[in-house]
Amino acid sequence: MEPLLEVKNITKRFGGLTAVDNMDMEVFPGEVVGLLGDNGAGKSTLIKVISGVYHADAGTIFFEGKEVRIDNPMHALRIGIETLYQDLALAENLNVYANIFLGREKLKRFLGLINVLDHDYMLNESKKVLDRLEIEVPSLKNQIRTLSGGQRQAVAISRSIYWNAKFLIMDEPTAALGVAEQKNVLDLVKTLSSQGVPVIIISHQLHDVFSVATKLVIMRRGKKVAERITKDTTTDEIVGLIVGSLPGDYGDVNDGAKETAQVGKETGSVDEGQEGKQ
Amino acid sequence: MMNNKNFSKILVHIAARWTLIFLALEVIFFSVFGTNYFSLRNLQNILLASTTVALLATGETFVIITGGIDLSVGFMVGFSGVICAKVMVTLQAAGASQAVAISSGILAALLLGLVPGLVNGLLVAKLRVPPFIATFGMLGIAYGFAEIISNNVPIMGLPTSVGSIGHGYLIYWLPGKIFAFLQKPENLTRLELQNLVSIIPNVTVITAIVIGIFAFILARTKFGQHTYAIGGSMDAAERAGINVKRHLIKVYMISSFFASLAGVTYVLRFITGRAPAGSARLLDAVVAVVIGGASLYGGTGTILGTVIGVLIIGALEIGLVNLAIPTYNLYIAVGCILIFAVLVDQFFPELVRKE
Repeated sequence: MEPLLEVKNITKRFGGLTAVDNMDMEVFPGEVVGLLGDNGAGKSTLIKVISGVYHADAGTIFFEGKEVRIDNPMHALRIGIETLYQDLALAENLNVYANIFLGREKLKRFLGLINVLDHDYMLNESKKVLDRLEIEVPSLKNQIRTLSGGQRQAVAISRSIYWNAKFLIMDEPTAALGVAEQKNVLDLVKTLSSQGVPVIIISHQLHDVFSVATKLVIMRRGKKVAERITKDTTTDEIVGLIVGSLPGDYGDVNDGAKETAQVGKETGSVDEGQEGKQ
Repeated sequence: MMNNKNFSKILVHIAARWTLIFLALEVIFFSVFGTNYFSLRNLQNILLASTTVALLATGETFVIITGGIDLSVGFMVGFSGVICAKVMVTLQAAGASQAVAISSGILAALLLGLVPGLVNGLLVAKLRVPPFIATFGMLGIAYGFAEIISNNVPIMGLPTSVGSIGHGYLIYWLPGKIFAFLQKPENLTRLELQNLVSIIPNVTVITAIVIGIFAFILARTKFGQHTYAIGGSMDAAERAGINVKRHLIKVYMISSFFASLAGVTYVLRFITGRAPAGSARLLDAVVAVVIGGASLYGGTGTILGTVIGVLIIGALEIGLVNLAIPTYNLYIAVGCILIFAVLVDQFFPELVRKE
């Protein structure tokens, strides 16, 4: 089977800081990947590169077998990569269906003159997708600010699924949720993967990640230090890899710093050459 | 017997419509204590007196919903008014017909009036200057240019038709005899003139149409929806693929368009262009928007609410005149209302933010 997403040698620097350093990762259809690491390990930067928020300084991304250059978040959305951030990126003053259709509103002709919002259509379509994912919210006409954290999460996920996300990235999906709601969200992740949509989850809650992820990728100081099949590892091992008390699979992080800096420079110049061509 | 929960629900409903109730009480109060307050002529006076505030406040509503503020609109009225008058006077002196001079003046004012909005928008959206600062700076710049263009004196000697537009009415009705649109009947006896009923000032017609169009845009279109979304969460809007920067620029241009239109209507009504025209109306406009239910934190507000806010101020202003109370009391009243409305927003957000 071919990976749906493959990132190769991704490097992202901010001034003197190398946030992501020569990172490789593959995600296959239906897989749930737990992306783990301490604060500042580079997880968020990596997913922002994949979702088009940042441009990598070096490296390539393959999506559905083809090399892609993801220019901006909208481009990522268009090709089917959806990212759910910690703050969920919902407009709290708008209602549920308005958020599901935000930026992609369904319009209808008014008096043959001007395009107006088609509220009925958006309401019905939103109902359908919530039903499909077995999500319950009090009313789709309620403002997001009246919903609980779990309901908001569910709305955000419904939005991605409605827009045919082929690939979902979730940043701390269960943070700030009650226990029952955490379970709902994790069940939702399982539903997604059973429908063939792979998910990358970033979370500090190892328990959650272990309960849904099929594969774990561990980062430290911007580098990938290990990759494990969830059922073949233990939380102890993973914690050791995260904090650095266990050595990674690819040599010690500090040793590689010099070498990758050089690689970064070379690929950096290649990158400039490509931009020149465009 | 009503239970407590229902009762508090009803209270919330009433509180959410406090502006309408306040307006009604105001009109009743002045009708009782004033002279001829509740008459067609006087109610039309309220509408006329509210023209500038209504236009400024409508544009300001868009800006405030995005979470910004446009302070430049006060002096923008003078800026565009002076341009409008200057072009008319200059063209007339060059021998152009009244129609050409007047339409060119209006067009020039509306077009050039977009420039300060564009600059405001660029500063706020692209260079991330706080809206308060960017538009405050523009306030001074617009005023300075207005004084330069007008050479520090009101521009007089406008084409005579300006007055007949600005002082004209949509309908003229002489009971039993004449029913005319736009054109004031000629050759009337003095008695007939006294009995002639003029209905809806032209300026109010223009104002209402333009405000109606933008109320529709805000309430029903994608543009309106995105305006709310930006005010609710700029991040969410951006991540949903909305071009937030471009949208903000458009919103500030809408605001300055309305300010320019207010300048044009000022010229039509007063047949002169003055640099400081409308500057005192900035406060009223912001107050009207806030009374109307918009939060200065962004994300809420409607044009209908704003219009009610405008009418509250207009009815109060005319009412004070009617009772021969000096109008500077209006500033005090309006300032108090603003602070009160913002306090309500801050401490009882659920009253204002209900959909």
